[in-house]
Amino acid sequence: MGGRLLNYIIRRVFQSVLVLLVVGLVAFSMFRFVGDPVDNMLGQERTDADIERLRAVLGLDQPFPVQYWKFLQGAIDGNFGVSYRQGRPVSEIIVERLPATLELAMVSGFLAIMVGIILGVYTAIRRDGWGSNVIMTVSLIGVSLPTFLIGILLIYLFSVELDLLPSFGRGEVTHLGWWSTGLLTASGLKAIILPAITLGLYQMTLIMRLVRAEMLEVLRQDYVRFARARGLSERVVNFRHALKNTLVPVITVTGLQLGSIIAFAIITETVFQWPGVGLLFINAIQFVDIPVMAAYLMLISVMFVGINLAVDLLYVAIDPRLRGEAS
Amino acid sequence: MTLLDIQALSVAFPTRRQTFVAVDNADLNVEPGEIHGLVGESGAGKSTIGAAVMGLLERPGRITDGTISLQGDAISGLDRAAMQALRGQRISMIFQDPLTSLNPLFTVREQLTETISTHLDVTDAEANQRAIDLLTRVGIPEPELRIDQYPHQFSGGMRQRVVIALALCSEPEVIIADEPTTALDVSIQAQILDLIKELARERQVGVILITHDMGVIADTTDRVTVMYQGEVVESGPTAQVMGDPKHEYTQSLIAAVPRPTVKMHRFPQVSYGGRETAFAIEDLARNWDKPQVDRAKPLYQIEGLTKRFLKKGSLIPSQRQFMTAVDRVSFDVMQGEVFGIVGESGSGKSTIARMIAGLYRSDGGSIRFDGQETHTLGDDYRRQIQMIFQDPYSSLNPRMRVDQIIAEPAKHHGILAGQALKDRVDELLDRVGLGKEAGLKFAHEFSGGQRQRISIARALATQPRFLICDEPTSALDVSIQAQILNILKDLQEHLNLTMLFISHDLPVVRQMCDRVMVMRNGQLVELQETEALFAKPQQPYTQELLSLMPRLDALKAAPSV
Repeated sequence: MGGRLLNYIIRRVFQSVLVLLVVGLVAFSMFRFVGDPVDNMLGQERTDADIERLRAVLGLDQPFPVQYWKFLQGAIDGNFGVSYRQGRPVSEIIVERLPATLELAMVSGFLAIMVGIILGVYTAIRRDGWGSNVIMTVSLIGVSLPTFLIGILLIYLFSVELDLLPSFGRGEVTHLGWWSTGLLTASGLKAIILPAITLGLYQMTLIMRLVRAEMLEVLRQDYVRFARARGLSERVVNFRHALKNTLVPVITVTGLQLGSIIAFAIITETVFQWPGVGLLFINAIQFVDIPVMAAYLMLISVMFVGINLAVDLLYVAIDPRLRGEAS
Repeated sequence: MTLLDIQALSVAFPTRRQTFVAVDNADLNVEPGEIHGLVGESGAGKSTIGAAVMGLLERPGRITDGTISLQGDAISGLDRAAMQALRGQRISMIFQDPLTSLNPLFTVREQLTETISTHLDVTDAEANQRAIDLLTRVGIPEPELRIDQYPHQFSGGMRQRVVIALALCSEPEVIIADEPTTALDVSIQAQILDLIKELARERQVGVILITHDMGVIADTTDRVTVMYQGEVVESGPTAQVMGDPKHEYTQSLIAAVPRPTVKMHRFPQVSYGGRETAFAIEDLARNWDKPQVDRAKPLYQIEGLTKRFLKKGSLIPSQRQFMTAVDRVSFDVMQGEVFGIVGESGSGKSTIARMIAGLYRSDGGSIRFDGQETHTLGDDYRRQIQMIFQDPYSSLNPRMRVDQIIAEPAKHHGILAGQALKDRVDELLDRVGLGKEAGLKFAHEFSGGQRQRISIARALATQPRFLICDEPTSALDVSIQAQILNILKDLQEHLNLTMLFISHDLPVVRQMCDRVMVMRNGQLVELQETEALFAKPQQPYTQELLSLMPRLDALKAAPSV
């Protein structure tokens, strides 16, 4: 059993590396279309010779596979190059920004999963109750409103009108080694509420509707009827027997959504001026800051690949039928 | 004192337009140690009675009248908490399908101990010990080892034993068994029924055995209650009701049971209630492009047919493990005959059918149709073979109208188009007794038997020469089964069809087939003329299979047709 699992993980890691290499190759082939960084970096007084020299220094005169190869060589040593715009090492910039994004993503992901599952189960059990109908109707808003609009509405309501919560920034930050956290100060906690809700609302409604649909399906199954017939309590039947059976599809979607929470925090970070990697990426695109873009894309693909691996392992943990023919 | 006493019970399902009365004024009582059979066709209300006793009626169903008493105390009308305390504690239930009634994500130990701890005040260690004892009692070998396995690691029969163990967790006084053996093979069925009989005798449990299978009733029960459309039509000791039925419905129901002992030309139908629908086969035969058949010539010559399924995949070919589903099987199917294949589940009978139909690719051997290798034949060959599947619910696309379903094969093969196609569909619907208006509806608006007629109409749309019927009636009631089997017989006779008939129901096979092949574990055990096989089985396995057929001697002799 253990050997089989280890075997599986090794195979998956191997596949993941392949995926990462392909993502990088595609990314580098696209950078040519973003614009010419040299334009931004040199002032009005530039000569053609300046341009040629800078290109040679940055390695931009070489074909993209060669640029990619050099990027990879650097990446193995943990060296992702120097930002064209800020003139500092990319790894340093990203490490500085990453905690903000990850913290935001985790808080909103946690909110989305907890609230989504609880509401999903509730609306499935009381499928005709007025409470469920209200929740289902309100959830339509969460699915259909675009993120930036929700963010602006929340800012208007809670920051401008009620003046309860800050409308931008991370609040006061505590440093724990290289990691910076806003979760330990009152102003940091207040600052994360609105962005987390904005970022997680869509995922929450999605998870809720998915859990509800799966629950309705599972509650019709014979093993749920048989669990009732054995005299088990409603709570055990609903939350132990039924909920666990809804989890496999829910985990698939939730895993992918968690990836996109991190990757697409860009919009929320822009609306709330949240100092995370998303905002960094937007700025990098505007300036054609190739080293930052490349490192960011690789980082996001590592996260997606990692989350997917975790999802696959969770499947096996939840569903014994996927563990192969034992016995 | 009577253990379970149901008096004048009525159950209704009120809907917006009308109230559907599922059970009407039904009486039933069970004594300790008694197995009481509850028999009837689907929709007769027998499962509803079981659900009412358990307090598990699906919404919006409710008990409108009558009382249910356990040991003299009324249990109908108890509130939810009191009912929940009763369920599993004093009344238990066994469901039909052991594959779906156990939660796939929990081990057997978890499901057993959870139930035991709910009902009995015991420590974890005691609950564990009791769980192992229960598994031992229901005949599961190596219970200490198997208790930590998941349901999917048990075979169907073993799973039903686990279900029974779960039902026994707290020494119930009454067990309601709802079609407990319908999903099982005949040999497993016999074992499970024996187990239920033993338990009833030894623990003085009262059992309500709900089934549509007259053979099970005759073999197992002490008393029987017959239901028809929500009403009890007859009740009494099994031998008396089976041997000398008083009510007209019981009589026709018993007459419709296929007998293993005699071969009849047509299946007697349940005539009660005037539900027999005519099937106008002669009209269909008139404008049918009938193939010439020569019964001495084979239509199919099958040699050394083999199919392996991958059990464990690997990049390295030598590391792969296979399961041989069909192992070098050779036989001929003669033109115009009905060729039967019998065997337990997993014997490879459906796999053979699928290879013939081209749904599976074989891993060895050859299938020749009219002397030619089938894989060299193109679309026209596929037109000439059609299939009728076991489950009339999942084999029809729920999103398509019935006329589209029937037209699809003919359209696909480009045989007919436009008005001619529409006429063909209308004609087929008329001929299978549904009427052309049925084409505008969707499959879910029909009953199981009607759906199987739609499947037949679909199979006939391309004017095939060869029909594969894979357990075509095992999901149907006796009366509907008789209608469908008669249709198939007529088709074969009037349209010169050749037929491959797969079934695990030996009496049905005896009535339907000219020759029968017995299979086990992918291998051919015996191939004989039907009468010879039933009269003088040569192989020990065939003899064993035949000996397990429910003895229907107790049933009133069928009227000769």
